[in-house]
Amino acid sequence: MFELKERYDLVVVGGGPAGLAVAVQAYDRGIKDILIVERKEKLGGILGQCIHTGFGVQIFGEELSGPEYAENFVDMVKERNISVVCGATVLSINQDQSIVITGSKCGVRRIGCGALVLSMGCRERSRGAINVPGTRPSGVFTAGLAQRYINLEGYKMGKDVVILGSGDIGLIMARRLALEGINVRMVCEIESFTNGLTRNIVQCLEDFNIPLRLSHTVTMIHGKERLTGVTVAKVDENKKPIPGTEELVECDTLLLSVGLIPENELTRRAGIRIDPVTGGPVVNEHMQTSLPWVFACGNVVHVHDLVDYVTMESCRAGDAAANYIYKQLPRFREEIPTCSAGEVRYVVPQVITAGDDAEGDLTLYFRVKKPVTNAVIEVSCGDWVFYRGKKLKMIPGEMEQVLIKAELRDTFDAIYQENINKGKMKIDQGGLLVIKKDSQRKGAAKTELTVSVYPEEK
Amino acid sequence: MTNGSFDVVVVGGGVIGAFIARELTKFQLSVCVLEAREDVGMGASGANSGIVHGGFDPVPGSLKARFNVEGCQMMRKVTSDLDVPFEMIGSMVVAHNMEEKEILKKLLKQGKENGVKGLQLLDSWELGGLEPSLGPNLKSALLSSESGVVCPHELTQGAMENAIHNGAVLYLSSPVTSIEREEDKTFVVHAGEHHLQARTVVNAAGIYADKLYEMAVECAVGDEIIEAHQQSFRIVPRSGEYMLLDKSEGMTVCHVVFRIPGEMSKGIIVTPTVDGNLLLGPSLNPRQDREDTSTTIPGMDQVCEGARRLVPEINLPAVIKAYTGLRATTDRADHDFIVGRTPVKGFYNAAGIESPGLTSSPAIGLYLAELIAADLEAKLNPNFDPKRKHLRFRDLSFEDQQELVAKDPSYGRIVCRCETITEGEVRDAIRRPCGARSVDGVKRRTRTGMGRCQGGFCSSHVVNILAEELGIDPAEVVQSTPGSYILTEKTKMKEAEQDV
Repeated sequence: MFELKERYDLVVVGGGPAGLAVAVQAYDRGIKDILIVERKEKLGGILGQCIHTGFGVQIFGEELSGPEYAENFVDMVKERNISVVCGATVLSINQDQSIVITGSKCGVRRIGCGALVLSMGCRERSRGAINVPGTRPSGVFTAGLAQRYINLEGYKMGKDVVILGSGDIGLIMARRLALEGINVRMVCEIESFTNGLTRNIVQCLEDFNIPLRLSHTVTMIHGKERLTGVTVAKVDENKKPIPGTEELVECDTLLLSVGLIPENELTRRAGIRIDPVTGGPVVNEHMQTSLPWVFACGNVVHVHDLVDYVTMESCRAGDAAANYIYKQLPRFREEIPTCSAGEVRYVVPQVITAGDDAEGDLTLYFRVKKPVTNAVIEVSCGDWVFYRGKKLKMIPGEMEQVLIKAELRDTFDAIYQENINKGKMKIDQGGLLVIKKDSQRKGAAKTELTVSVYPEEK
Repeated sequence: MTNGSFDVVVVGGGVIGAFIARELTKFQLSVCVLEAREDVGMGASGANSGIVHGGFDPVPGSLKARFNVEGCQMMRKVTSDLDVPFEMIGSMVVAHNMEEKEILKKLLKQGKENGVKGLQLLDSWELGGLEPSLGPNLKSALLSSESGVVCPHELTQGAMENAIHNGAVLYLSSPVTSIEREEDKTFVVHAGEHHLQARTVVNAAGIYADKLYEMAVECAVGDEIIEAHQQSFRIVPRSGEYMLLDKSEGMTVCHVVFRIPGEMSKGIIVTPTVDGNLLLGPSLNPRQDREDTSTTIPGMDQVCEGARRLVPEINLPAVIKAYTGLRATTDRADHDFIVGRTPVKGFYNAAGIESPGLTSSPAIGLYLAELIAADLEAKLNPNFDPKRKHLRFRDLSFEDQQELVAKDPSYGRIVCRCETITEGEVRDAIRRPCGARSVDGVKRRTRTGMGRCQGGFCSSHVVNILAEELGIDPAEVVQSTPGSYILTEKTKMKEAEQDV
């Protein structure tokens, strides 16, 4: 193994799809002195256990399996001779621009860094997080753990399975278990809609005759040693179980696919600002966190639907980290917060650069809280609307984006300033797409860039 | 099958049994602990509030009052000797109105009578500064500065490991089925494959203490019989449900916070744990089945409601785990501990140990050990070593971590990322005296899987390490009890690989 140096220009925490893309992008921008720290023994992150296809349509123009997608990036990292330390965990991020790592091969080391990129991904919500009452037998797994056992360790974990949650991992595991000869009794979803991609509903459930029970949840866990069954009940519109609809479903395994949470233990300890809605760090459009030398990208910021989007976001982070190292990214600057209104659950970036440093097109990413048909999307600041678009259907499972053209940003900046200075400044609209709103929408704050989604009024 | 002969057989490997055994090894006595379950501390010792109570709550003159106050005073020394996490963070009982404030004054008086140190009444303005999240409407609080929080698992393991280190023998998975008495009044204790001769037997059987006492009554002879029957008692289990919140909420309060105690319990508390989580509970409900540790919706609702009354803004979505403990409450009117000699000569009780049992455990252990040693005329054990060490990677300094990993690289590999637990610590937990034999056993000893991911990331690693250390296939590794298997069989792919 190579010797670890005391300092690198760029250190990337996590060797999954996000971290690999960051390293490749920064390298191609001329930053050669890079270290990737990966806690597993192998690069590729969670993709290594996602042996199904469906990855890479956007980036590589073909459908790849998870390991294939990862391998493409691992090859790029190897071609560039980027340093990698596997089996090493970051213990802390320190104010003196250093990190402490530990690994069985590298030992406990302090490593300085010009810039740091966080790309640790996310984790699954567990039984405790959904608070199902009952006993505590074995046989309750998160879907991702079950996937690891089957695809990486080569072990099955049961014979009769109920899956709670229709997120993509739950759907994909339903098919994987069926292929392994395991009986999947049903997939329950507490919402009246599914959170998974449509293609997964068709290919993973319908093709295998696995029933999907919408507006149903598990209300009780049974079994003393191993799980013997679960109580499944229908829920009302407030997601409360409806008495009398309970049904005992015998099974020896319950898989939970009840959501993913960005993994930010390390980020929090470093004092970096966290968005309570996404669970990830607050970032600007450069994927820069509240600690200027620390950037973040991928599922550690917000949970993505497609790995291709993780790669795209990570390339931006790689670019920005390179700019930071080249001192082309200002250290102190004015920022404008973004916020959500209507059916929008969150917006990333949470802050955008204002003033002289604001340049280039700006893409805002967001997710809706519930399915919306005939949706109107608006980006506004107080009375001023910068973007208005329509979309036939929007669902929480898919990430949405709107593009604010570079030429609009100056105007936006001016409006922002005016709102702050209470109408003292004149705005030159200059024929741009800035329109004054007819009526003030609820929730659209004056000094924030608001992304809102409403059903179209008839 | 074993036919050993011991001076003392302690029945029950909970925190009480463990401390009795540990204190007994201070004397020249042969000691054996019989535990029905597959690990130590599986009953109430592992599912409680983890609080070291000051001792103002029990009725003056009761055994609860005595052992609570003594246990609290012993806790610092004991946890330091046994290397068990303990934080003297102090506790508060809060009063929401003037009537409750009057009760606090009574508690203060009662505490002083019990010999509790560090008690103080706080005004509402002092409270606001100390615990801002308790809300503005509090009238007063009783601060008990010598109270604190302790890790109940480690306290049990620490005491038991130290007992074994000093010569005690522990048999797990050995429920006592009957007790006989020979002509010379020596006991013969039958427990699974073990048939042990014992000069004395100690009942620390927790929720089954009444059943064990009945076995002793059955072998009472002569004068003993009538009185033995008269002192019979029944354990009436009552459940206490808890909710554990993520470490992000650990700073919600910085003291153990109680409401005014009720007649049967101290009510729902909100407390940081010694590991930095926030714990809410316990509920209080009767339970028929002594094995039923399930959580229920009414129980959890009780906990949520009670916690909200103390901390209005409590972040309940941050719950990572809910669990139930069963209190071994007796049917006696005073619900006091039953500790000491019994009419059956050579048979000792440590029964009905509900709250403050964890706090009292070192004191009960010491008291019974001294009593038994006197009855058996045993001499002090000059070789007794009070120390037990537990290496925790995350508590070490940077330099110590470096040194440790250089010496043993397995301490460099993080297995549990939520709690920063290394492979070396997992292996150590399996190799220690009365080491872990299951995933939960490792969890109780190291905290792997106790964090926010609840084992999502680490349990597959722990399964593999257990399989390796125990020389078994991963599919044979259990979660906890013998039937609680995790994996069923190899996939077709794995079988094909292995055939090649």
